[in-house]
Amino acid sequence: MKPPLFDYASPETIADAVSALSSNPGAMVLAGGQSLVPAMNFRLASPSVLVDLQRIPGLDTISIDDGVIRVGAMVRHRDLELDDAVNAVHPLIREVMAHVAHVPIRNRGTVVGSLCHADAAAEMPLLLVLTDGAVKAVGPKGERIIAARDLFQFHMTTTRDADEIVTEAHFPVPGTGAGLAFDEFARRHGDYAIAAIGALIEKNGDGTVSRAALAACGIGDRPTRLAASEAALTGTRLDDADLEAAVRAARDEITAPDDMHATNAYRKHLTGALIKRVVAAAAARAK
Amino acid sequence: MSTRAFGSRVNRNIDSRLLRGQGAYVDDIPLPGALHVAFVRSPFARARITRIDTAEAEACPGVAAVYTCDTIGHLDIEMPLLIPHGSMDNPRTQRPLARDDVYYVGQTVAMVVATDRYTAEDAALLVDVDYEPLEVETDIEKAVEDGAPLVHPTNPNNVAAHFVQVSGDPQSAYGEAEHVTRIRVQVDRSTAAPMECRAVAARYDRVTGELTVWDGTQAPISVRGGLASIFRIDEDKVRVIAPDVGGGFGQKVLLFYPDELLVPMAAMKLGRPVKYIEDRRENFIGSSQERTQIHFIELHAKKSGEIVALKDFFLHDTGAFIPYGIAVAQVASTSIAGPYRIRNIEVEFKAVYTPTVPVTPYRGCGRPQACFAIERAMDQLADDLGLDRFEVRRRNLVRDDEFPFHREGLLFADGLRVSLDSGQYLKALAMVEEALDPASFAAEQEEARRAGKHLGLGLAFYVEGTGLGPYEGGHIKIHPITGKVYVNTGLTTQGQGHDTVFAQIVADELGCAVEDVIMVEGDTKAFDWGVATFASRAAVVSGNAIYKTAKIVRDKTITAAANMLEAEASDIELRDGAAWIAGTDRKVPLAAIATATNPLRYAFNEAAQAATQFAPASRHDGPPLDDGQHPGLEATDYFSPECATWSYGVHGAIVEVDPATCQVRIRKYICIHDCGNMINPTIVEGQVMGGIAQGLGGALYERVEYDEDGNPSNANFVDFLMPYATEMPNVEILHLETPSPLNPLGVKGVGEAGCIAVGATVASGVEDALRPLGGGPFRHTPITPSMIHQAFETA
Repeated sequence: MKPPLFDYASPETIADAVSALSSNPGAMVLAGGQSLVPAMNFRLASPSVLVDLQRIPGLDTISIDDGVIRVGAMVRHRDLELDDAVNAVHPLIREVMAHVAHVPIRNRGTVVGSLCHADAAAEMPLLLVLTDGAVKAVGPKGERIIAARDLFQFHMTTTRDADEIVTEAHFPVPGTGAGLAFDEFARRHGDYAIAAIGALIEKNGDGTVSRAALAACGIGDRPTRLAASEAALTGTRLDDADLEAAVRAARDEITAPDDMHATNAYRKHLTGALIKRVVAAAAARAK
Repeated sequence: MSTRAFGSRVNRNIDSRLLRGQGAYVDDIPLPGALHVAFVRSPFARARITRIDTAEAEACPGVAAVYTCDTIGHLDIEMPLLIPHGSMDNPRTQRPLARDDVYYVGQTVAMVVATDRYTAEDAALLVDVDYEPLEVETDIEKAVEDGAPLVHPTNPNNVAAHFVQVSGDPQSAYGEAEHVTRIRVQVDRSTAAPMECRAVAARYDRVTGELTVWDGTQAPISVRGGLASIFRIDEDKVRVIAPDVGGGFGQKVLLFYPDELLVPMAAMKLGRPVKYIEDRRENFIGSSQERTQIHFIELHAKKSGEIVALKDFFLHDTGAFIPYGIAVAQVASTSIAGPYRIRNIEVEFKAVYTPTVPVTPYRGCGRPQACFAIERAMDQLADDLGLDRFEVRRRNLVRDDEFPFHREGLLFADGLRVSLDSGQYLKALAMVEEALDPASFAAEQEEARRAGKHLGLGLAFYVEGTGLGPYEGGHIKIHPITGKVYVNTGLTTQGQGHDTVFAQIVADELGCAVEDVIMVEGDTKAFDWGVATFASRAAVVSGNAIYKTAKIVRDKTITAAANMLEAEASDIELRDGAAWIAGTDRKVPLAAIATATNPLRYAFNEAAQAATQFAPASRHDGPPLDDGQHPGLEATDYFSPECATWSYGVHGAIVEVDPATCQVRIRKYICIHDCGNMINPTIVEGQVMGGIAQGLGGALYERVEYDEDGNPSNANFVDFLMPYATEMPNVEILHLETPSPLNPLGVKGVGEAGCIAVGATVASGVEDALRPLGGGPFRHTPITPSMIHQAFETA
């Protein structure tokens, strides 16, 4: 479990980093290294050059303006988790973080790195999808914003081009009346979820649901919004029958085949149970 | 020292060093200029090798050598069969490097030696091997069917061993039964996954002709003996050192893993130190595993619940080879009747070759499987007869007045008959019953059920044959300068706390502080008679050997002190690091006695000067050393147990099954445990807790997965779910201490105890939780959420 030979670049500007990426086919971006370095040790990844973002100033900042939490590419999970200003406007982030691996991994792993790694069972991509977030990517042709719904293509595959660097993630601050909740089940604490559900519920004055957002991970080949379930909940008072309808509406989204940790039938059952639990929790928080 | 160290909760001597990261493991041994090893391993479960081309790898800068079976000379052999047994047909063992055929994914095919491990791994990828893949069958029930692909053409139906043992007269007893309970149970494969993987380093000194091997092994003396015979050199020219070792659990007691022969060979051939540090993936695909067994067990009983006969047939997966003989299956078969007064037993097994990592003992060694079979069957018998689960056990447990209880005809792994030597089984059951309070639990269970919660009570009893022979030794020497007591034994420690418990035994006999007793283990230059650390035998066999030795040194010390103090030996007492005339303040320190008993001494130090104030340590005429007299305070003695001594215990749990997540939560876990006299309750509890953690892994989480082509698919800690601390429930351990009549200290082994009953206990609890719904039964571990979901679906 030793990596093959690779070159190492340590640029001090984004422009140099992009240039290192675009001039070296097979180059890869190194941020926290919590997924990439083990993959290299298993020789599952063999980058020609590792382009380390650590020495580029300004990538480790978190800012909140215009209703968006901007998370720089070198912000560690733990920094975002412990940021009180973030927690004040978007408390779900801290709740979700408690499920992301373990503290030593969160101390090094980066939020943007997790988004770019795009494991189909990872929590941070789910959160970005749930809240209609986005990332900013910088490449040789300039910068662009990629919406969360367009970012995740497949397990460990995004629409980021190989010579682009994601410099920021944008997590929109939820509206004041919105209730958000998250839960997942993993066989061991901190593992990738067998299934996870995030929910955002907004209510009308009469108590009916004005807006429902539901996102899941672990159930298919990417983090996904459960649009049919959202539709099934919108306008309802979240009675048992409404929740059952939302669960039924999600069944076809659960495409992960039987694997060593879960059968598809069990995943469907679990996802249904989580939908009910998480929607109820989110609704209880909605004002 | 007025209080007895034996039995006290003395802190572990090693912890301050290990917890500060000051341990020295094989990889920490400084070996300037060492070369590093990487292996080319088979990517196929079963294949014929048609060509190996090492040229490109050899040409790699930094590569010192690439070895295949053709270039390792006399090491191109089938490696030793450790424990021969007549039940095996053509017992097959592995070659250090594959010749012609490979038998499992991970088998070593070629060895690359290079300046560093990075280069060695790069070069290993350049070794070009052509394989012709062959058909495989990894399911042991299918593997024994006619026409199944064979692992070894020498062994029809993949049967490695077939053995039947009979106790009493089961054929007649079957006729007396009024009821028969028959069940099939299955335990899946796991692995020890020690914190430190295996490691070997070697250095050969051409001047002295001495080969030094650092090996993270549980058996340095045996490794030395094996290396000396295979390399055809004298044992005294081979020194094997097991330095700090990060856990073994049986995985590190196989002789030999390929690297244990090839690394010393390379060091001798290349004239440079050579190191092989196994990585985690290699540990998963190259180091022994255990557990897969499928039992078909029958309990033949009266309506009263009294069992008149037990019949068991089981298949045991031995992997691609059977280097350890039938040890695992034999321990399972002789533990099958558990703690019960079953006088008629028929137990038969087939050990089955599969194209997977070879199977050798892993903590528990067949006992968890046997316990799972008998205890799941006991629950079913209770259910069949409408009896309470505690009651059916109570009616069959060996009573206190029935010890020793022999199982004539069943031979344990030591080749000696099974004899449950002592215990208070009924009391243990009563203790767990009291702790779980089944009557009030039944009400709680009913109430929870109405609230949509599924609670269950789990129960399992186990026995554990421990302390196998043939022997171990002890050597003790009191040092003249410091008065510290040095103790050697032939074992080696993997973190259990030997140095503390053995020190406690010695401290009591010699009247010194526990921390002044220095244990030296795991170095054949320090002590080279003995066997190894395995089979829960350290405290029993080495403990008693050290105790006997300490008594000799005590007698020598008292005799010398009496002479020096001009007192009667019967008036001498040893305490606080000195010999005292009882009832007076007259004393002589141990260091001074040790000095005075050496006829040649130099007055370089305080002890020597102190010694001159006293009368001579020996009263005899003639030369300084009398005939038969030895200098100093030193002795060596041995202990050889007459047979295994049997520990036992009972586990009970209250579990909750969540219908939403299908997760099992353990709300309460009770362990009643009896390993005879406890030398150190803290260390006993540590052993039991560690065992329970491994048992919980087997019960709910861990399964080594092979796909249908025999590829290991979870050879990493992401997908092989070893439980974290976050998965461990609180465990309450209650002790009983029934002395063993088989050794002077009255101790029994504890190393494997914790893991044995966990699978059976958890399954019993989950089954109890889901029974009212009609879900279950649960006769297969690990119990996964998918299995529980299936049970809910079919309920």
